[in-house]
Amino acid sequence: MVRRYLALLVVCAGAGAWAATEPAKGNARDLYLGEAFFYAQQGEYFDAISRLDVELSQFYRLDEPNLDPFHIQLGHAEFSVGDFELYYRMHKRAGRAMKAVIEGNVSPGIRNEAAYRLARIYYEKSQPENALHAIERIAGKVPERIRDEERFLRAQIYMVNGRFADAVEILEDMRDMRGFRGFAGYNLGMALFLQGKEKAGIAQLDRAGQVKGDDEPTQAIRDKANLVLGYRLLEAEKPEQARQYLDRVRMVGPFSDKALLGSGWADVALGRFDRALVPWSILVKRNPTDKAVQESMLGVPYSYAQLDLHGRAALMYGEALEAFGKELVRVNASIESVRNGNFLAALVREEVKQDKNWAIKLRELEDTPETWYLTRLMASNDFQSSLRNYQDLEDLRKRLKAWEEYLNAYEQIIELRRRYYEPLLPDLDKRFRALDSRIRLRLEQRQSLADRLHHMLVSPRPDFLATADERIALSDIAAQEELYRNDSSASAEAARRRIARLKGVIHWDIHTNYDQRLTDTYKNLKALDKEVARLQQIYDGYIRTRQAATQSYQGYDAQLTRTRVRVREASTQVATLMARQGRMIEMMAINEFEQRRKRIEQYQVKARFAMAESYDRALKSQQGAREAEQ
Amino acid sequence: MRSVTRVVCFGIFVLLVAAAGSAEEVSREQIKGLDEQVQDIKADVLAISSELMQLEEKLLYPSNTQVSLFVSFAPGEDFRLDAVDVAIDGEVVSHHLYTHKELEALKNGGVQRLYTGNVRAGEHTLELTLIEKAGSSRKASHTFTKEAGPRLVEIVLSAPGLGSNRVQFKDR
Repeated sequence: MVRRYLALLVVCAGAGAWAATEPAKGNARDLYLGEAFFYAQQGEYFDAISRLDVELSQFYRLDEPNLDPFHIQLGHAEFSVGDFELYYRMHKRAGRAMKAVIEGNVSPGIRNEAAYRLARIYYEKSQPENALHAIERIAGKVPERIRDEERFLRAQIYMVNGRFADAVEILEDMRDMRGFRGFAGYNLGMALFLQGKEKAGIAQLDRAGQVKGDDEPTQAIRDKANLVLGYRLLEAEKPEQARQYLDRVRMVGPFSDKALLGSGWADVALGRFDRALVPWSILVKRNPTDKAVQESMLGVPYSYAQLDLHGRAALMYGEALEAFGKELVRVNASIESVRNGNFLAALVREEVKQDKNWAIKLRELEDTPETWYLTRLMASNDFQSSLRNYQDLEDLRKRLKAWEEYLNAYEQIIELRRRYYEPLLPDLDKRFRALDSRIRLRLEQRQSLADRLHHMLVSPRPDFLATADERIALSDIAAQEELYRNDSSASAEAARRRIARLKGVIHWDIHTNYDQRLTDTYKNLKALDKEVARLQQIYDGYIRTRQAATQSYQGYDAQLTRTRVRVREASTQVATLMARQGRMIEMMAINEFEQRRKRIEQYQVKARFAMAESYDRALKSQQGAREAEQ
Repeated sequence: MRSVTRVVCFGIFVLLVAAAGSAEEVSREQIKGLDEQVQDIKADVLAISSELMQLEEKLLYPSNTQVSLFVSFAPGEDFRLDAVDVAIDGEVVSHHLYTHKELEALKNGGVQRLYTGNVRAGEHTLELTLIEKAGSSRKASHTFTKEAGPRLVEIVLSAPGLGSNRVQFKDR
């Protein structure tokens, strides 16, 4: 593990992979690393991590890893695993990796980048003190590519730790910076409020509420700044100013309902009940599950009542009561539906996982009415992380289930191979052993020839290169010599002279042709070597195939048993965790519904009283009118 | 002033309603504790996955017969690829239809393992049919030699150009 972290340090500068928001884009020359990126870029982090883990573990098992081309990108691979783990929400492991980098012997740039990543992890995990500790470890030059993000994160961390003055100092510098304009401005406004500088905060939010830009994030932050400022002024009993900001919020978008509601209340606060009816009449026609819409159902008749239109007010209170009644039925049905597990089932639907705007899509599904009410809950960090965990657990459950089937299939394959090979192999081995001893003998002979030839280069032995005919002739001559050795007759003398001549001729040939014969012998040996190499190749091929045959069914039993146990244990654990995580999500949802139910019940009480009062007033007003006529 | 007071009262009323707690709260600590356990089981399952992948490779694709084909886009290339057909020695071994996400991943430097299978030692012919926009297709072929170790073939694709097929094969 330590080795892995150390390797990680070497690289980061070159890899440029500590990217803040997305996994580093692959410029991967290594195929396996590229394959991991292929999965990571599709959001399939489990597959990306597990593929890289395999590559890294195989690499570390090599005797000479430096000879493997993978070592060039080792650091990038090590970093990428940490990066993917972060995206797979394995913050503990990713956090440990970052810490190891920070505490390692690395350049300030790499340490600072790692500290930034660690701080981000803690900030996102709502651990402000740890985030502060991590960001304060940054010293010296920060890599340019994360410099602005680091400053913005630092300001956010200062804010959640109550160091508003420090946050203000950074955000003031950043408020006009491209890419941060609206966000830095909004945060600056909030920091100023929290610092107690009300006036400066208002001025800043006013500025953030007018920031230029047509893209959705800029428009959204602009709306948010105006909405927050509007409500703040409403609370400060400055309705005229509040209305001005609330009216800046777009009529569409996530903040529009609340802005219309606030705008109406600002008019009411100014006593302009007729004008309050304008935004509320728009709002009241919107989705009745929205809290602002429900509040406007009370607001509209309230304004009519204030305009002395009590009959109209009474009717509208009645309509509101009816709507609240329907909503209560739906809320109760939704609670029941959640308790029956329908909500959890909807959350793991495949189409939901495929879509970025899943929360919106979920609201559109006809058979999941319970999700209509949960937009606020679904947007919360706690719910999001719980939901992602639940979805991840579901994914793990499916994988583990599939793996159990894989293991069954592997066992069947092994058994089939065993049945096929076991009867064949003994006979094959017997024939191979016989062939093997012949091959070995021939190879020894070839080696002996090569040794003799090598020796002849130093001390020439022409007799070794005599042909077979010459050897036979020499043997015959030796026999004749022996025959005439003790014969002193004249014919014997003549025969000995002839024998010596013949012997001389053969020796002449052998000695004068020695060089050519030596060369020819070398050529023949080389030709033999080719045949020997081919034989060796066939031999090695056979050995490999023979080994592969054995390895195809032997030595798996223990591993399969062990893996099966691990899969089963993990499945049990996943099931337990899924049940607990699911229960937690359901509890969150039911809590949200119960708050809704209580609010609607309170609205009902208020509407009933207000309706009764409006009827009374309408009756009195009618009576008054009749009396006046009489 | 009366109106302002009403607004404030209404606000307080809303806050009171919102503050009304429910019977069974979910605490931050519970969420954090469970999250950590989920992270632990993820690590366990990842370890099993790695072990299974190695087992699968050893069992199904031993190195003396293993051949793997990898597809990547040449740097800077961006073109629509609908599907790829692969044949080894005349036998179709893979047919893959591309999703938008996969094409994006290839465009960004990802490498797709298109096929892993087994072949005997010796020479083999690889034929590739790329089905592109509007059903047009192009073919490319390559001969590779399978030896004792695993044979990896990288197929680098470029957008179709005039007079060239622009499919590169790299034996690894």
